[in-house]
Amino acid sequence: MSDPVVLELREQFATVEQQRRTAGIGIWLFLMTEVMMFGGLFVAYTVYRFSHPQAFAEGSSHMDIVLGSINSAILLTSSLTMGLAEFSAKLGRQRLLSALLAITILIGLAFLGIKFTEYYEHFQQHEAPGVWFNHAGPHAPEVQMFFVFYFLMTGLHALHMSIGILLLLGLMGRNLIGSFSVVYHTPVSVVGLYWHFVDIVWIFLYAIFYLPGLHK
Amino acid sequence: MITNFRLWPESASSVAGQVNLLFVVLLIICTTVSVGIAVFLIYSAIRYHRRYENELGSQKRYNIPIEVTWTVVPFIFFIGFFVWGAKLYFEIERPPDNAISMYVVGKQWMWKIQHPEGQREIDELHIPVGRPVKLTMTSEDVIHDFFVPAFRTKQDVLPGRYTTTWFEATKPGKYHLFCSQYCGTKHSGMIGWVYAMTPADYQTWLTQGAPEGSLASTGEKYFHQFGCANCHHFNSQGRCPDLRNLYMRPVLLTTGKTITADDTYIREKLHDPDAQVPWGFSSGVMPNFTGVVSEEQILALISYIKALGPQPGTQEPASSGAAPTEYGTQKGIGGPGATSNAGSQVEKR
Amino acid sequence: MIQAVAERIEKNYLNQKQGILSWLLTTDHKRIGILYTFSITVFFFLGGFFALLMRLELLSPRNWLVSAETYNKLFTMHGIIMVWFFLIPSIPNTLGNFLIPMMVGAKDLAFPKLNLLSWYIFMLGGGVTVYALLRGGVDTGWTFYTPFSTTYSTTYVVAAAIGIFIAGFSTILTALNFIATIHRMRAPGLTWYRLPIFVWSMYANSLVLVLNTPVLAITLLMIAVERVAQVGIFDPALGGDPVLFQHMFWFYSHPAVYTMVLPGMAVVSEIVPAFARRPLFGYKAVAFSSIAIAVLGFLVWGHHMFVAGESVYSALTFSFLSYCVAVPSAIKVFNWTATIYKGSVSWDTPMLYAIGFIGLFTIGGMTGLFLAALGLDIHVHDTYFVIAHFHYIMVGGTVMAFLGGVHYWWPKISGKMYPEGLARLSALIVFLGFNLTFFPQFVLGFLGMPRRYAAYPEEFQMLHVLSTAGASILGVGYVLPLCYLIWAWYYGRDAEPNPWRATGLEWKTSSPPPTHNFKVTPVVTAELPYDYDAMKEELELV
Repeated sequence: MSDPVVLELREQFATVEQQRRTAGIGIWLFLMTEVMMFGGLFVAYTVYRFSHPQAFAEGSSHMDIVLGSINSAILLTSSLTMGLAEFSAKLGRQRLLSALLAITILIGLAFLGIKFTEYYEHFQQHEAPGVWFNHAGPHAPEVQMFFVFYFLMTGLHALHMSIGILLLLGLMGRNLIGSFSVVYHTPVSVVGLYWHFVDIVWIFLYAIFYLPGLHK
Repeated sequence: MITNFRLWPESASSVAGQVNLLFVVLLIICTTVSVGIAVFLIYSAIRYHRRYENELGSQKRYNIPIEVTWTVVPFIFFIGFFVWGAKLYFEIERPPDNAISMYVVGKQWMWKIQHPEGQREIDELHIPVGRPVKLTMTSEDVIHDFFVPAFRTKQDVLPGRYTTTWFEATKPGKYHLFCSQYCGTKHSGMIGWVYAMTPADYQTWLTQGAPEGSLASTGEKYFHQFGCANCHHFNSQGRCPDLRNLYMRPVLLTTGKTITADDTYIREKLHDPDAQVPWGFSSGVMPNFTGVVSEEQILALISYIKALGPQPGTQEPASSGAAPTEYGTQKGIGGPGATSNAGSQVEKR
Repeated sequence: MIQAVAERIEKNYLNQKQGILSWLLTTDHKRIGILYTFSITVFFFLGGFFALLMRLELLSPRNWLVSAETYNKLFTMHGIIMVWFFLIPSIPNTLGNFLIPMMVGAKDLAFPKLNLLSWYIFMLGGGVTVYALLRGGVDTGWTFYTPFSTTYSTTYVVAAAIGIFIAGFSTILTALNFIATIHRMRAPGLTWYRLPIFVWSMYANSLVLVLNTPVLAITLLMIAVERVAQVGIFDPALGGDPVLFQHMFWFYSHPAVYTMVLPGMAVVSEIVPAFARRPLFGYKAVAFSSIAIAVLGFLVWGHHMFVAGESVYSALTFSFLSYCVAVPSAIKVFNWTATIYKGSVSWDTPMLYAIGFIGLFTIGGMTGLFLAALGLDIHVHDTYFVIAHFHYIMVGGTVMAFLGGVHYWWPKISGKMYPEGLARLSALIVFLGFNLTFFPQFVLGFLGMPRRYAAYPEEFQMLHVLSTAGASILGVGYVLPLCYLIWAWYYGRDAEPNPWRATGLEWKTSSPPPTHNFKVTPVVTAELPYDYDAMKEELELV
């Protein structure tokens, strides 16, 4: 099905194998930078969560656990479809690859849709930080802090998801013109790794924002 | 600029001598090493100057014993410096028990100081020689820093919490006070003087002008002015804690944690009353005083609560007629003298 | 040699393609290195100009040249530009870009297009920062401490933060490129222990940058969010903690200072063996000391906060670890010195700069021992003692190493020689000017002169006058190379492939190199790096 002689060997590399392995190092290093970036926010969140436990529990109880859980489920599913996409690229199954990429994109869009619905809900309930914030109970500034981190971290995550969706669209485009084959499909693996990483970040976000307020 | 040019700062506190000693020893050792290396470098560059175009140097690549030596020996010296620096640090950071407490509020761009006897100063601090003085400090706006080079002390002054520093002046004189944490436009103007005076002169100075009375009595005035007395009066029947014998005693909170009722605890209660509620009392009762009391007024209130006893370092509660309500402690937990800093924010001693 | 001249006539990377577009759209790492050289030179003189204005202002104890507001902006912009737009990119993005592929025997970096993108991102970040400057500047200090930077400053904090944020991406992408290249693109036979120390140090440096820069990015993002949305992440009034900002900022910035000195050490580690004609003494010790500095450098950030309100136990830990991180630097200094001992030493300009580096870095590093001593740091923290300490390392160290490296590899990069006599004179002027500028600042600091003061008590004036005098001399010392190097680019004497008779793959190709660096991919058979013994034959032919 695939064209076996489609080789995109860049001139600085001696072999396709070297090119593929170098791309691998590149994406892992990039993901490490992402870990450090999100990590900074996680550390700051943790510091404040320990100094204002009640306020953060209070904030967390205002999260929509149903929507959050749905989002987690579908995002995990999208990692499955992405993994299957990578596998189909390895096998050179062009049409299957396109289909799986399309499903992954749709799930990603659904995730974003649900996320923005949640944001809208929070706005309506005066939970968005800044001038829109209005909280009746005690510890209002600290509850606002919870929401600052919520919006900042899930917002950054949503930005990464959006970029991921664009990358997936790019992959679909390249696949449609026949760029990928059994021999060369590195971009699919690279974007796949990125997508899985964004998924893992969400798991942690889900845990720190949605779960603490469950006991209320 | 020639006249008062100096190369060595004045040393006017009880710790300055030790700081000087550490500095001088480091200076001697580091100068010796630096000069040694420099001399060796220049010597080698001259002695082994290339003599002809295609000359090669020695091709010896390593020597393990030497490598180990110049790793271990510096490390040993460094540990020595670390230990010495750490010991000195403990001394500089820990105020003695008999230190006079004074209060500093920094703001852009001035220092406001309050004496327990009631004097207020701006950009000046009068202290007696030979007695340790502990400063409890906070900022009204950004981070500042209380730096007295002659005393070799320095401490950042933070908004939203208290930091402390202490010093004991050893000779009378006038010493620079600098803000040494950049704080905006007039940062270089946030300076002043510390006047160390002989005990006699200091007594004289004290008598000159504290019309409102001691800081604690000013605090008592605020205690009534802000309505604290309406609730925290001494037979409130359990609605509010009795503040007598509170200062620096252990307090059991509703969360089960025991903390010490220090300056930070009192300040926190005013800004966020429901954060740390003593056992046996409810949240949602004490109003929030953010924006109502200023930092200086809080310090006066703290002075008053301090005066209600017990004095730090004593075991007995101050006697005051009616038996004080033991609140927040169960028998057996946190007895007299026991302190636990679990609940207080990080603060400098 | 006739062969060298013949090689010159052929196409090299400079003349292969002509025209401005061939430069702006190049993916050749050597051309990109030159693009960066333009950029960082401009930023260096811009930051230096601000320093000059500051030193002029400090001639008098009172504000005379500029207002206090302007002075605050000057030291802030000086810091921002020098740290992020000169020191961090200088050696890696100019010399590193140019040399790393050649030193590992590759045709280019792992990701050449990403490399070009890095430069554009850098220029964009620089542009945004200059925009902030032109709109009125920033006055928070390069350290952006809160709540001043988030709530009280009325200057262009967000714009400056964005500019630095963008430039950070450039740093990350270049570092990523270097790591991938060093891992995967080494020529056959080039094992890790045969690599030049320059590569080891740049590798360690890149590891640090890849890990710490994202933390800066997120910290600046939080500052921007706090300012724009008026929420209180670091504002105590809104439940925030200003000291948390300091932890996050210094977690980035302390390793950052190591990323400013490791490249300098990388250069010195190449110059010294070349001009002493002997292998670098203690190769493995020096190689692993770079890694040790990179790792330990992440563990000492709290030593910037000894009086900031951190706990005594934190302070103790950070002080101890700070002493630990001094050890690998000491190891390097001793090994460089041992390399010069019993070498065959020539006093060419690169070696003068390298020896200057060793001496001045030693002094700067030693004063770090003073600062790491807790009881002493209380007195000298936030005074001119600290300023002198880091300028000894960054200017006496890194800038001198940069100049040394530029001179050392100048023949390779440009195909010309620079005027040696004038260059040595400039090196001497830089050395003397530097010491006169910054040594008095140690004294000022111990006397108690705080940092970031536009006006000061009169008794400090004499030392400030000395410092400013030194700064003027230092300025001349920097302008001279700018002039004669530009002159040499066009009118210098033609250079041979290996004018210094140094070892290393970069010297095996012509000066300037062809676009693909080597005619044939080299195969490395030499057992050891810095194999001067094997050079004997080549030397005999002279």
